[in-house]
Amino acid sequence: MQIIKNRQIIEDRWQHIPDLTDGVTTDTLPAGDIIVPFSLWQSDKEQLLQHSGGLGVRLNSDHDVAEISPDLSHFAIVALQFPSFRDGRSYSIATALRQHYGYTGELRAVGNVLRDQLAYMERAGFDAFEIDASQTIEDALNAFGEISVKYQTSSDEPLPLYRRRA
Amino acid sequence: MSQTQNIAPAAQPQPSRPCVQRPGMYIYDQYDQRIVDERVSQFRGQTQRYLTGELGADEFMALRLMNGLYIQRHAPMLRIAIPYGLFSSDQMRMLAHIARQYDKGYGHFTTRQNIQFNWPKLETVPDILADLASVQMHAIQTSGNCIRNTTTDPLAGVAADELEDPRPYCEIIRQWSTLHPEFAYLPRKFKIAITGASRDRAATLVHDIGLRLVRNETGEVGFQVSVGGGLGRTPMIGQTIRPFLEKQHLLSYLEAIVRVYNLKGRRDNKYKARIKILVASLGMDTFRVLVEREWGNNRDKLILDQAEIDRVKTFFTPLPYDADAASDKRHEGYANNNDDFARWLKYNTFDHKVEGYRGVFVSLKAPGIAPGDITDKQMDLVAELADRYSAGLIRSTYEQNLVLSDVKQGELYPLWQSLHQDGLATPTIGSINDMICCPGLDFCELANASSIDVADMIQRRFEDLDYLYDLGEIRLKMSGCMNGCAHHAIGHIGILGVDKKGEEWYQLTLGGFAETTAELGQRLGRAVSKDEVADAVEKIAHVYVEQRIEGEQFIDTFQRIGIVPFQERVYADN
Ligand code: SF4
Repeated sequence: MQIIKNRQIIEDRWQHIPDLTDGVTTDTLPAGDIIVPFSLWQSDKEQLLQHSGGLGVRLNSDHDVAEISPDLSHFAIVALQFPSFRDGRSYSIATALRQHYGYTGELRAVGNVLRDQLAYMERAGFDAFEIDASQTIEDALNAFGEISVKYQTSSDEPLPLYRRRA
Repeated sequence: MSQTQNIAPAAQPQPSRPCVQRPGMYIYDQYDQRIVDERVSQFRGQTQRYLTGELGADEFMALRLMNGLYIQRHAPMLRIAIPYGLFSSDQMRMLAHIARQYDKGYGHFTTRQNIQFNWPKLETVPDILADLASVQMHAIQTSGNCIRNTTTDPLAGVAADELEDPRPYCEIIRQWSTLHPEFAYLPRKFKIAITGASRDRAATLVHDIGLRLVRNETGEVGFQVSVGGGLGRTPMIGQTIRPFLEKQHLLSYLEAIVRVYNLKGRRDNKYKARIKILVASLGMDTFRVLVEREWGNNRDKLILDQAEIDRVKTFFTPLPYDADAASDKRHEGYANNNDDFARWLKYNTFDHKVEGYRGVFVSLKAPGIAPGDITDKQMDLVAELADRYSAGLIRSTYEQNLVLSDVKQGELYPLWQSLHQDGLATPTIGSINDMICCPGLDFCELANASSIDVADMIQRRFEDLDYLYDLGEIRLKMSGCMNGCAHHAIGHIGILGVDKKGEEWYQLTLGGFAETTAELGQRLGRAVSKDEVADAVEKIAHVYVEQRIEGEQFIDTFQRIGIVPFQERVYADN
């Protein structure tokens, strides 16, 4: 599948493991790089740490980010859900991961990820985007440069504009 | 660009550019200008993608709302931001141009100090936004589930009861909240109001966040922060979350509050999604703990520098007032000879902190006209009068009037003559006929009942000015539905349109206020029919006149005697 990473279209090799409700256990995990739901991480941490491929975790927008923060060093990817583009919680979760917990790995937006929210997502700290199937991924790339002035601090900008005005 | 079928009428000459901003207001630099210019291009692209079907209606809705564009009962409605209600004559001329060129020749000032146009065509909205950007205006975040226009005291900077001018902080908050990447998709809209005066003319306690400039025991000026106020379906009065916040922490504290709200506010039910519901359900103590914990993450990182406060303050330094203004007393002579002028002078002007100057209310409450409405010609006139008499600056007020804030007393008479001639001098400021009223059924698709014609019926009952003045200050506020855009819940007399089996009915409340502390109005009784509203208001006024004791305003009498005497009179026949 193609995703956007660091403003480029790339071929992605990571596999999403569905939520536990779908009857997934660590016994049935595929080989290779996987993104597991947070609930699976909570229940099967030890087994997952034995997994031979890369490991990422996926948080729903109602998860408390404090719960995952001690474990961040185990993940190459943290994926945050947008159940709807109108659900803005993951912007604050991303902000917390980047600015308060110092997470520097890949932060990936998944779910209802649409062109016109990408720039805000990037500012909040996302660097990878699984674009919703309804969108044209090439066109989505145009979204990043639309607004070049940043008044406020965010994950991409440590200083408010008032410290940067020429 | 492609030619559209519905071409607008031949282009009218546009106001000359570039616009000359006035001392006394914030002036854009290259950064501020670039952000509005880029926003226009972005929205033009989004509109085009919507019109070609590339962008779904639901997604476009969220995007257009954040540019102030609604699709309403009759046509789109565009709400243009007037940050904290302060704008220049050039900007007013541009609004007049927009009214003529893209609309039906008028606009409507709202309780959030913004202006709405009710008839623009969707395809022309990017052009309107481009015109606005050319005079340092925009429609950013005038709607949608984001941080809205920060409102303030319309008399800021000139009021005698002011501790400090709140406008620099309004501008600082405007910049912080504009296109804030984290807060564009909040559970619901989010409104902040600031006052720096002892009388709260910005109704801060009914905002999601209310800020009051206060002095602490050591003499330092900072903010008293309240949170969780709001009107609408479940009106609530804000509670103090922090009695004193140092100025340097303003932005980090706001950010902490909004972040907690963004993460914890309800998203399953839009009627329970405002921050007031979150605060009420958690309780203020728990909510405060969450905010202060969050604040700990950023309070040392996001400091509002004194240098920035000082920079922004330089835009709002007092005008170069004429020291001789007080010696010109011509207005007194005119007032002795002209009753109309004398009335206007008494009711539609207010004390200025500088002797020899007065502030002037430009009334948008002429009988028979929807409260807050203004024609393109009137806009041009107000712009001209602002240039001639008041440093080129205009303010819009929460009460849906305009203000010329810095008029020499000696020039009041010619100013009045011009206003009077064009229906902008109705001498009813602060009276029952100066009512706040939402667009109601005539324009708003959410409305249960019309409000404009009811406003008219009430105003006719109080046509006799002597009677009106005798009634004193009565704040009447009327909303066409429970969303309460006209803030009926804090009206001394509140009127709410309700739907009963497809008919328009009206629920009255009495005793609401928000001028110092705040309280919600109490329900009078069963809703009344449209024909009965004006009668009911008249009866309420009668009870007040009969029961008041020396020096009491309506709200004082109400608080002393309670609601029962009013109920007995209004429902006497049943
Ligand atoms: S109060 Fe209701 S009817 Fe009036 S403008 Fe607001 S939503 Fe519309």
